[in-house]
Amino acid sequence: MPHTPTASRTMTKADLVERVYEQVGFSKKEAAEVVESVFESMKQALEQGDKIKISGFGNFLVREKAARRGRNPQTSEALVIPSRRVLVFKPSQVLKAALNDGSPA
Amino acid sequence: MTKSELIDEVALSRNLPRRTAEEVVNLIFDGMREALVNGERIEIRGFGSFKTRHYDGYTGRNPKTSQTIEVAPKVLPVFKVGKELRVRVNGGEEP
Repeated sequence: MPHTPTASRTMTKADLVERVYEQVGFSKKEAAEVVESVFESMKQALEQGDKIKISGFGNFLVREKAARRGRNPQTSEALVIPSRRVLVFKPSQVLKAALNDGSPA
Repeated sequence: MTKSELIDEVALSRNLPRRTAEEVVNLIFDGMREALVNGERIEIRGFGSFKTRHYDGYTGRNPKTSQTIEVAPKVLPVFKVGKELRVRVNGGEEP
């Protein structure tokens, strides 16, 4: 059974902006804009069905899910779940090894 | 899109030297990797969130050879897509 350790700190976009601000020599505003633009470029690629390969981190892939019959678990009513596109993340070997003290997970 | 193409896009859209865009993109992904290694969650509004999940080890068995194998405990990153991106990936339709 997977378990998640007790919740710790959460890194947010603001933390990434701070890092960029401290290390690249941008103003806070410029740092915020460039970080936003990194995620926006990724979102645009994924929106077009493109996949994103970030070496050392992982791949983001758009998967087509076929329509299927499902059931509302609360009302047990049968319904058709329409076909849709979903995003999946495949962590890279480097990231998995970093999380497991260097041994491949 | 590769990391290199992402860097090109960011350089173009922000009108930055490629080297600078590269530094920013590397800071972001190195920072996110470090956060996960430190056991932190990551939450990027509009994009998604990452956390780590810990799996216990177990004794497995190859059903063909009936050989037992010890599967070591492991930590894996898990990504959950954010609402805005989930909708955009699905062509603007709410799933």
